[in-house]
Amino acid sequence: MGVASRFILRRKGGKGWHWTDIVTWLWLVGGLIIMFGPAVWLVFSSFKTPAGLAEFPPSILPYVTQQATVQGYDKPLQLFEAKLPDGSTRVLAEVRRIGIMSQMVDPKTPGELIRVNINDRTPVRTLSFATENYTQPFVHFDFLRYLWNSVFVTVTATLITLIVNSMAAFALSKYEFKGRSVAMLIILATLMVPLSVIMVPLYSIISSLGLFNNLWGVILPTVATPTGVFILRQYMLTIPDELIDAARMDKASEWQIYWRIVLPLTAPALAVLAIFSVVWRWNDFLWPLIVLSRRELYTLQVGLSIYSGELNVQWHFILAMTVVTMIPVVLVFIFLQRFITTGIAGTGLK
Amino acid sequence: MSTTTNTSRLGSLLMTPVHLLMRIVDVPLRSLQKATGISGMAAFFLAPNMLIFGIFVLLPLVINFVYSMTGGTAFFLAERNFVGAEQYSRLFTCGSYLDPMSCQEDAFWTAVGNTFWFVILQVTLMILVALVTALILNRDLAARSFWRAVFFFPVLLSPVVVGLIWKWILQRQGLLNFGLYQFGVEPYTWLTDRNWTFVATIGVSLWAHMGFYALILLAGLQAIPKDLYEAAEMDGTKPARVFWRITLPLLMPNLLVVVVLALIRAVQIFDEVYVLTGGGPGTSTLYLTQYIYETGFASALRNPGLAAAASILMGLVLVVLTLIQLGIGQRGEKKGKR
Repeated sequence: MGVASRFILRRKGGKGWHWTDIVTWLWLVGGLIIMFGPAVWLVFSSFKTPAGLAEFPPSILPYVTQQATVQGYDKPLQLFEAKLPDGSTRVLAEVRRIGIMSQMVDPKTPGELIRVNINDRTPVRTLSFATENYTQPFVHFDFLRYLWNSVFVTVTATLITLIVNSMAAFALSKYEFKGRSVAMLIILATLMVPLSVIMVPLYSIISSLGLFNNLWGVILPTVATPTGVFILRQYMLTIPDELIDAARMDKASEWQIYWRIVLPLTAPALAVLAIFSVVWRWNDFLWPLIVLSRRELYTLQVGLSIYSGELNVQWHFILAMTVVTMIPVVLVFIFLQRFITTGIAGTGLK
Repeated sequence: MSTTTNTSRLGSLLMTPVHLLMRIVDVPLRSLQKATGISGMAAFFLAPNMLIFGIFVLLPLVINFVYSMTGGTAFFLAERNFVGAEQYSRLFTCGSYLDPMSCQEDAFWTAVGNTFWFVILQVTLMILVALVTALILNRDLAARSFWRAVFFFPVLLSPVVVGLIWKWILQRQGLLNFGLYQFGVEPYTWLTDRNWTFVATIGVSLWAHMGFYALILLAGLQAIPKDLYEAAEMDGTKPARVFWRITLPLLMPNLLVVVVLALIRAVQIFDEVYVLTGGGPGTSTLYLTQYIYETGFASALRNPGLAAAASILMGLVLVVLTLIQLGIGQRGEKKGKR
C-alpha cells in the first residue's frame, strides 16, 4: 500500500504537480495496460469454449451459458432469466425464437409455453474454465511430442553451448599461443553472420551431413555462439593466473585445471549464458522451420505456427498451447530477471 | 539448516557420476598433454568450438558466394550448374528502375521496398519510445524494478507467441474491436487490410522489442554522473536545457549503439510477421528474410541460387551496419581512455 500511494502521490521536488509527473504517470499506467493487457487477454481467452471465443462483443472472463435438460425436449435447452409481464423474474428455458418473441418453458412445469420479448431475457451465465483446451491437445495434436522435442533441443543445446564455449574461452584467456588473435578475429567476424544470410548453404550442409529432419540438425549450428565465448572469456580473464600456476605445481593436468578450478570460478557467467541459451533455443523458429518437415519432429514453436496457419484454426487449442509455450519463459523471467537485465545492460546481447 | 545440507548432499550425489566421467576423460587427455605439451592443449580446448564455427558458419558463408552463381533446384552443390552472375542480373533486371513491379523479380523489390519503409518507421518509433521509457524509468520512481519489468517482459517471449497473441487481438472478435466497439466503431478485420497489416507489423515488433532498447538506454542514463545534474540545478538551469546539454550528449554513444542494433535487427524481421500475417495480404508485409526463405525453400518455384544471391545482398547491408557499430564502439572506448 505504501508503495502504491507513494507512486500515485509522488511529485517532482514536492512542489505540486509538474507536467512531467503527469506524463510519467500516464506513460506508466498506459504501459502497464499495453504491455500486460495482451498477455492477460490471451490467458483468459485460453479458458473459453469455442462458442465463447466466437462471441462479439466478447466477455473478459470465460463465461458459459447454463443449459438444462427439460422433460419432453431432446436437446438441452439454454437457460434465461426472463422478466415476465407481471414484473417477476423467473429462470426459464428457451424452446425456440420467433422474431423478437421467444417461446420459453419453466423447467419444472414443461407443459406450459410462456412467450417473452427477447429484450426482456438475459442468459444465465456462470464463470467456467474450459480446462479441456489444455488437456485435449495432448491427445489431438501430438502436443506432448512437440513439448518433448522443444525440451530436448533446449536442454541439449544449452549443455553443449556451455561446455564448448567455456573450453574455447579457457583457451583464449589462459594460454599464449600462435593464432590466438586469428581465432578471436574469426569469432568476432561470426558475430556479423545472422542466420538469414546463410540459411540456404547451411541447409545444404545440414542435408549432406544427414541431419535434415533430425533434432541434431537444429541443435548443432546454434551451439557455438560468439557472444557466449565473449562473456565467458571476459569473466575468465579476471581469474588470477597464480591459481593455475599453483595447480600445475601440484601436477594437475590442464583438463583438471579447466574442470576443477576455472569452471567453478566462472559459475556466475555460466549462469548468465545458460539463461540466455535456454531462452534463445526455446524461442528459435526460422531454423527449426527449415530443418524439420516431419510432424513428429516439430518443436513447440513450429507446431504452433503450422496449426495456427491452417484454414480452420482451432483457436481454443492454439491459445491454450500458446500459454503453455509461454510458461517456461515467464518462469525464467520471474525468477532470473536480475541476471537477464544486467546481462543485457552490460553486454547488449539478446 | 538440515534441509540445506540435505540439498547440498543431494547435489554432490548427483554430480558424482559427472566427476567420475571427467576423471575417466582425464586419462587420455593426460597422455595427450604429455605428447603436445601445455600450449598444445590450447588447441585441444579451442578445437570443438572452431570445428562447429567452421562447419556451420564459415563454410556456409563461403559456399554462399559459390551457391549464388549456380542455378537449378537441387540443394547439393555438386548437382548444381554454374551460371555466373545470372542470378544477380536477374535480381537487377528491371523495365524501369523507379517501378518495382516492372522488374523480373518483382517480389524481391517489393520485399526490399517493404523492408526499407518498415526499417525507417520502426526504428524511428522504437528509438523515440525507448528513449521516453528510459527517461521515465530513470526518474525517482516508487517500485522502479517492477516498472522496468513491465516494459521488458515481452522481450523474452518467443516471436511465435508474440505473433499469435496479436493475431488473436486483431481478430474480428478480438480485443481491439471490442475496445473500439465501446466508442461505437464497427468491428473490422484488421489483418485483411493491406495498410493496417503493415502498421500492425510495426506496432507488434515495437511492442515485442522496445523493452530491450529501453534497458540499454536506461543503463546509459544511470551511468551519467549525478553531480552534473546537481551543478545544473544549482545554476537554476531549465529542465529542457539540462536534457539537451547534459543528458542527450552524454547518452549519445549508447543511443548510437541502440540505433545501429535496432537497424540490424529490423532489416532481418521475420518470425513475428510470418506468424501474424504470413507476408500478406498479397505482398503487403513481405519482408526480405521471408523472400529469401520462400525463394530458397517454400515456394513451388524454388530457386536456392536466387535466394543465396538475395541473402548476400542483405548480408552486405548488415556488414556495413555492423562496421558502423564497431566504429562507434571503438570511438567510445578511445574517449573513455582519454
